[in-house]
This record gives sequence, C-alpha cells and structure tokens, in this order.
Amino acid sequence: MRLRPAIGVAAVVLTLSCLAACGGGDDGDGGEDHVTLHVFAAASLTETFTTLGQQFEKEHPNTKVEFNFGPSSGLAEQITGGAPADVFASASPSNMDTLVQSGDASDPKDFAKNSGEVAVPPDNPAGIVAVGDLVGQGVKVAVCQPQVPCGKLADAIFLDKLGLDLKPATEEVDVKSVLTKVELGEVDAGVVYVTDVKAAGGKVKGIEIPDHQNASTAYPIATLGNSTHEKQAQEFVDLVLSDDGSKVLTEAGFARP
Amino acid sequence: MTTRQQRTPWPLGLPALVGAVLLVVPLVGLLVRAPWDGLTRILGTEEVLDALWLSLFSATLAMLISLVLGVPLAWVLARSTMPGLRLLRALVTLPLVLPPVVGGVALLLVLGRNGLVGQYLDSWFGITLPFTTAAVVIAETFVAMPFLVIAVEGAFRSADQGYDEAAATLGANRLTVFRRVTLPLIRPALVAGAVLCWARALGEFGATITFAGNLQGVTRTMPLEVYLAMETDPDAAVALSLVLLAVSVAVLFALRGRWVGGGGAA
Repeated sequence: MRLRPAIGVAAVVLTLSCLAACGGGDDGDGGEDHVTLHVFAAASLTETFTTLGQQFEKEHPNTKVEFNFGPSSGLAEQITGGAPADVFASASPSNMDTLVQSGDASDPKDFAKNSGEVAVPPDNPAGIVAVGDLVGQGVKVAVCQPQVPCGKLADAIFLDKLGLDLKPATEEVDVKSVLTKVELGEVDAGVVYVTDVKAAGGKVKGIEIPDHQNASTAYPIATLGNSTHEKQAQEFVDLVLSDDGSKVLTEAGFARP
Repeated sequence: MTTRQQRTPWPLGLPALVGAVLLVVPLVGLLVRAPWDGLTRILGTEEVLDALWLSLFSATLAMLISLVLGVPLAWVLARSTMPGLRLLRALVTLPLVLPPVVGGVALLLVLGRNGLVGQYLDSWFGITLPFTTAAVVIAETFVAMPFLVIAVEGAFRSADQGYDEAAATLGANRLTVFRRVTLPLIRPALVAGAVLCWARALGEFGATITFAGNLQGVTRTMPLEVYLAMETDPDAAVALSLVLLAVSVAVLFALRGRWVGGGGAA
C-alpha cells in the first residue's frame, strides 16, 4: 500500500518525459531511419505542400514530413521561440528576413509568387463584380490582419494601388480563416490569394483583380539553423525548387518567382 | 488529532511541490520578462485601450445577462420537480467542459448569417450577429454563464427552505419569497458566481475569435489582442498579459473568504 503513491508519481513523470522526448524526434535508434521532418509553411501553401510532402515521403520512405501551416508571422515567431522546425516557407520575404537576421535561417530562395483575388460566396449576395465594389455601403468584407502577409497584400491593393479606404468587418488571423468566412457566407467578400480561390473549388467564386490594381508577394523557403535533419531538410527544399515542385505550384495557380 | 506539526510524507510532498512549481513558475516568468520600462507606452496605445474597454464592457454585459437568465435557470434546476431536469442540468453545464472554439463554431452555424436561426434574423429583421460586439457578448455569455448557474444552483439546493415556507405561511407570494428571502440567503454564492462568470467572460478567446471575428474596437478583446501581439511584438503581448494577470489577482482578492478561504456555500 505504501508504494502506490510512488507508483503514481513515477507514472506521471514517465508519461510527461515521454511526451516531451518522443514528440521531438526519433533520432535515438540508428542514424537515418525514421526521420520526422518538421516543415513550417504559410497557410496559403496548405494544399501544394501537402502534395509535395506526400511526394517526398514516397521518394524517401524512411522520412515522415509533418507540417505546421499558419500565418507566416506567427510561424516565424514560433521558430525564434525555439519550436522544432527544419524548413520554413514564408508567404512574404519580410518574415523570412526576420529569421535570417536572428540567425535562425540562411540563404533563402524564392520559389513562387502569388497575387490577390477577391473571393465571394457562390451566390454572390452583394453582387460584387470588381474589386472596387468591396468598399461599397453595407458590404461585409473579411481580410487578413495587417500583421500577416495576406493582410499586407490587401493593404497594398487598396491603399497603394486603388487609394480606397477599405473598412473590413473582420481581420482574420490567416488567409484560410478569411476563406472559411466566405465559404460559410458570413461575409460578402474576402481578399485572398489567387491560389486560395483555385483550391476552394466551387465553394467560392473568384473575382479577378486586374494586374495594374493587383499586388503580389514572393514566397521564400530556407532550411533552419537548429534543424537536426539538415540533409533531409535540404532535400525537401530542393524538391520545392525543382521542376516537379514548380509544376505542383503552378498547377495550383502560383506564378514562377 | 494533535496540533503538532507532522512531516509531510514524500509521496504527497513531492508531487505537491512539482504541481505548485508548474502553476507558479509561468506566472513568475511573465513578471520577469515584463517590459517594465515600456509598459505605459505599450498600454497607452489606442489599440490596447480599445481592447481593454471592449473587454470590460462586454464581460460586464455578459455577466449581467448571465445573472438575469442564469439565476432563474439555477432556481429551476435546484427547486423544480419537472421531468428531464437531470438532462437539462447536464446540457447547460456542458459549455463548462466544451472547448470554447467548438462553442464558437456552434454559435456561427446557428446564429451566423446563413445559420439555422441566423438566416431568419437576417431576412426578417435585418440583424446579422457575427462580427459585431453583440456577438462577443453572446460568445462570452455562452461560455461563462454555466459558472454562475453551478455556483447559484448549489446554494439554492443547500439553503434552508424552512425560511421560504415560513414567509409563505405569513402570506408572501412566491415571487416575494424569492426576492426577499431566497435571494438574500444565497447572496455569497451569487456574488462569487457572478465574479467568476465575469472573469471567465473577460478571458474568453476561442468562441469569440471564431464567432465574432477580430476587428479593433468592435470585436478584438484583450485575449485576442494578446494572441495577435504575440505574433509580431512579444513585449506587447507580455505587457497585455500583465493587465489580465492583475485583473485575475483582483478577482481572487474579491473572492477571498468565499472560495479561496473555503467557506463557500457552493
């Protein structure tokens, strides 16, 4: 009977230490087999990188690719905060520059370009035909918050190119949240990337923004300094930069850098 | 029972120590990392003041709504004899254990512009709730009201009903009994429940960002501001967290002797 509490304590300690250690990686047993590669990528890369990840796993049977998709600014913050990441793909050069300056990443390369598009629900309740309609009376618009790349893109389009004062109904944390609000019909329109409209299929309708009114953002990718799988990380970056990679990306609507 | 100090046996003492460290150290970290020099600058920005005001306003409103709806609900749960009461109790306390973000999704699907109820609000009355301050209050009420209901229901249950009966015998009608006898009897639990409810509403994040969205001055409350600041300006996030920490300490202080001291009726 006296031993019971001690067993309880031991169980808790064991469980916690396993959760901490086993989650981090499987480096323990024998060199290269069963490596887990952690790729932090912008939310707008969700579909393409998932495809590329499966392709990578097929070519490297012992490597598992795990993704963390989210707003580039938040991912960069997590990486400087010590999150275990091997590769970072950002939706804007500025978040990558932050990591280069802090020494977490080096030698980033642009692998794609993306530009803005207006997404509306399939029935287009507000009758949007052009990007300028988004500033109309009573039109509910979702954009990304200004801290993340797709929010900067919306600012570049409305403030710099059109000179219009857009009053959004909500500023979402990343581009996929904007798209969700459009899909659910909770807003009349959202400012997203060309690739997001394409990825959403028929769930939203795209209203193209003419080139002279549009803005674009470059996507850089780099391996990270504290990666424990440098070789695999570099191989993944190489795949993204390869012709195969660029094919997947252009099919999804990305432009070449 | 002796008053002599006993040595704590280690199988109890060690986990207790680890548990205490786990709870206290993160808070200490917040204080250590706090940008004390820039504190007034960060907290004085328009964005932060907007968020603080919005948080205080919406949490207070959520608490008032919870009192108006939650106290009668607690009374029904404690004193009524209608069938299905156990199921009702389980359902209304569900938001206590439900992840708030799930609550947000549910609210959006019901009260959103295309939601089960929301589409009629929109087409009949022209009311759309998402992305408004009203949505923030609804989300906070959804998450926080069960705290009040539980605290007050327990008090209704354990309060001596003899006083109610005596008052009724003396000719008071049921509503007068409720107002003049029952409510004063449960006052400590009512105050504790209301403060707890207010604090929970103030800290609400998941349901708010999902259902109400995120816009400065309209729906961006303090917890949302902290989360957003963490992505770009960690110093600001720490400064904002300090404000919420101070509020939490104040809440515990207000509740001392009720819950903290362990003398509560609930």
